[in-house]
Amino acid sequence: MSVSTTWIAYRTIVTKEILRFARIWMQTVLPPVITTTLYFIIFGRLIGSRIGPMGGVDYINYIVPGLVLMAVITNSYANVVSSFYQAKFQHHIEELLVSPAPNWVILAGFISGGVARGVTVGSVVLAVSCVFAEPHLHSIPLTLLVFVLTSALFALGGFINAVYANSFDDITIIPNFVLTPLTYLGGVFYSIDLLSPFWQQLSLFNPILYMVNAFRYGLLGLSDIPVGIALAMTLIFITALTLVSLRLLSKGVGVKT
Amino acid sequence: MAGPLHALSLKNLKKTYAGGVEALKGISLDVAEGDFFALLGPNGAGKSTAIGIISSLVNKTSGDVTVFGRSLEREPEAVKRCLGLVPQEFNFNPFEPIGEILVNQAGYHGIPRREAWQRAEQYLNQLELWDKRRQPARRLSGGMKRRLMIARALVHRPRLLILDEPTAGVDIEIRRSMWEFIRGINREGVTIILTTHYLEEAESLCRNLAIINQGEIIENSSMRELLTRLHSESFVLNLKRPLDQLPPHEGLWLKLSEPGLLEVCVNQEQGLNPVFDYLNRNHIEVASLRNKQNRLEQLFIGLLQRDREEMAPGRAISPSSRPMGQLLQEGEGEQPRLQGDG
Repeated sequence: MSVSTTWIAYRTIVTKEILRFARIWMQTVLPPVITTTLYFIIFGRLIGSRIGPMGGVDYINYIVPGLVLMAVITNSYANVVSSFYQAKFQHHIEELLVSPAPNWVILAGFISGGVARGVTVGSVVLAVSCVFAEPHLHSIPLTLLVFVLTSALFALGGFINAVYANSFDDITIIPNFVLTPLTYLGGVFYSIDLLSPFWQQLSLFNPILYMVNAFRYGLLGLSDIPVGIALAMTLIFITALTLVSLRLLSKGVGVKT
Repeated sequence: MAGPLHALSLKNLKKTYAGGVEALKGISLDVAEGDFFALLGPNGAGKSTAIGIISSLVNKTSGDVTVFGRSLEREPEAVKRCLGLVPQEFNFNPFEPIGEILVNQAGYHGIPRREAWQRAEQYLNQLELWDKRRQPARRLSGGMKRRLMIARALVHRPRLLILDEPTAGVDIEIRRSMWEFIRGINREGVTIILTTHYLEEAESLCRNLAIINQGEIIENSSMRELLTRLHSESFVLNLKRPLDQLPPHEGLWLKLSEPGLLEVCVNQEQGLNPVFDYLNRNHIEVASLRNKQNRLEQLFIGLLQRDREEMAPGRAISPSSRPMGQLLQEGEGEQPRLQGDG
């Protein structure tokens, strides 16, 4: 395919993905906003005022980056895992497989759709946080970069999950039993400095910790982890998952007989 | 000197599924450019596997697929550009408006949105679906869904169109209008490969055919050539007055299947005249007459039966297990008497 036809194919997939989650915004955009609002009210206002400052800032301001990133992670993952699995389940993935669109374009299209939803929901949650907290913007470029990288990484995770999924149960196992615990234990609500040395070391194996801290640095200028390491870890994970996804697509795992 | 350019060429194509089932045992096939080609076979013969491999939905085990001289393995994108597929199962997003389904498919082929809508309008109009373009696909009737899949397969103007049972479950009126449409597409130069269980459809539309059974091609010839091999035809005659027994009918192959229903099998050289002479002589009046089986169907069943017998060499082949047409064609032994010769 030429550059222009490749671009049209990519744009078609991305537009379709964005329209899909926009059409069902009551299921995709609204619930995370409501959930995060409840977090702000309960953990920020009601309990947070009794906890006191953390890392030198009010607790409610401290949890803003983590809550925003939690929404980004779950939504970018959910978008791709549900969209790609439904395409498999209803067989309309075949529309793409019989087309000349190369595998990397198909992957990029789905991942961009996941990034679009992650960034959209994250931005809305960030806007809602302004009602309850006073988030700063320490570094806008870093904040945006972490937004996009985190969305891309978890969109890739959702893609791999969807490739292997054989039932609707299979697309909920990872989010419920892996993603949610890792997110909650990834420093969303606390600094790992509060943990004992053993748990601190263990937390360093949690990839979400790096992203939450990088994002917290972008917003507040605070991080438990050096930002360079956090970004490097994210990029390494993205590269690895991209290669795995392309390999799965080229072998036709989960989509071809 | 290079041979003619084939729209499709399969060379020793094999597919063994994970469970060890050999769906294709090394089939080779050439389909000429512009042809209207039937790929026939019973359920589970390997037709859909072959189509799946050609359209990149199934991974082959070995062998080569070439479309208009381009190797599917080496130039998959070039091959996919030439190919349009109408699969057996509905495979569109049921929640998507049908206009969008076509425009998106065109988009995957790199066709700009404005042009894609023009093409969508053209094909949806031709298939009488344009008025429904904003409706989600799930609201369409079965026949409309089949037409939608044809429109979608054509939106990027493929040179080779594969139709896997395109008229399954469609009523006869719509089926015939779809035949006309597909014929028109073929007249415009598009090579068509059709699989169908309606052998009347294949006989009416296709010029050449291959019959696949248990993963092997057991017949590959032109429709005309194949039909000339049919030396006999069976008819069913509705009698005006029921009969308990037939008068003696030496030299004729007759069977009274019900008191008012007479089955006749005639050699093509013999024709129906001797039968009518016999009926006149015996004052048997006929109310109506029809073919017992479609001609291709008759051959198809015979070929499959012969293939099955060849696959089981130890099995005794009784003349009564063979179709009447085949027995007449082979001229084996005495002509079987289906009912006492009176």
